[in-house]
Amino acid sequence: MTASDPAWTWKCERVIPSDAHLGRHVLDELLHELEARHWSRRDIFCIHLAVHEALVNAIVHGNCGDREKTVHVAAQISPKCFRVEITDQGPGFDPQSLPDPTDCTHLECSGGRGVLLMRAFMSRVSYPSPGNRVILEKDRS
Amino acid sequence: MSEYRRLDVSEVGDVTVIRFRDHKIVEDINIQELAQEMFQLIEKDRRGKILLNFSSVNFLSSAALGKLITLDKKVKAGGGTLKLSNIKPEIFEVFAITKLNRLFDIKEEEADALAAF
Repeated sequence: MTASDPAWTWKCERVIPSDAHLGRHVLDELLHELEARHWSRRDIFCIHLAVHEALVNAIVHGNCGDREKTVHVAAQISPKCFRVEITDQGPGFDPQSLPDPTDCTHLECSGGRGVLLMRAFMSRVSYPSPGNRVILEKDRS
Repeated sequence: MSEYRRLDVSEVGDVTVIRFRDHKIVEDINIQELAQEMFQLIEKDRRGKILLNFSSVNFLSSAALGKLITLDKKVKAGGGTLKLSNIKPEIFEVFAITKLNRLFDIKEEEADALAAF
C-alpha cells in the first residue's frame, strides 16, 4: 500500500516544533482515530509504542531538541492498514550503524532500543535515504 | 504525606516494595523524576531487597527501560537485589524483545517475587 493509495479513509498532516508535548498531542490524535475505528487494543498498543519512539527520535536525536526545527507527521488509515511518515530536519542517520541493544555489552546504551521496538511492533519500517524520515506501517490484525 | 510523587513504597518483611503511580511511564520529565525518586530510595534503603511491582503500568517507553537498567546496576553495586513482578503481557513483550527479561529477575506475582528473595 502506498501513500497515494485510494483505500485510505483518513489522512492528516501536522508540522510541529521539536517539542515532546506537541508530539504527544499528535500521537493522541492518531490513537483517537484508531480507537474510533475499533482497532484492537493490541494493535493500538503496538502503534502507540512505535510512533512514540519515532517521534522521540525525530525530536531528540534528529532535531536535537531545537525548537526552531520542525517535525513533519503524515498519517493515513485504511480499513486494513495504518501508515505514518515522520520526518525531521536533521542530517539523517544509518539505522544499520546502531549498536545491537540486546548485546549485553550495549545494554546500558540508550541508542537502538527504540528502533528495535519499532521493528518488532510494526509490520514494516523503513528509513529512506538520507535517514531523516521513518515510515511505519501496521497491518490490522 | 508520602515523600514520593511518583512511587508508592511499602515494606513487606525485609523487602522494599515499590509501586508506580503512573499508568504510563513515557514522558521524559516524568521518567527523570521517577528515576530520581528510585535512586534516592535505594540510597536511603540499606536493606537492599527491592521489588518493583508493575501492576499499575500499562505502557512504558525505551527511555524508561534505560532508567531501569541504571537502577539495576546501582542496586547490584550496593550489594542488593532487584526483582520485578506483575508485568502485563504487552509490557513483558517489550522486556522480551529487548532481551531485558534476561537481565532482570521477573516474577509473575508479587508473592512469587517476595518468596524468591
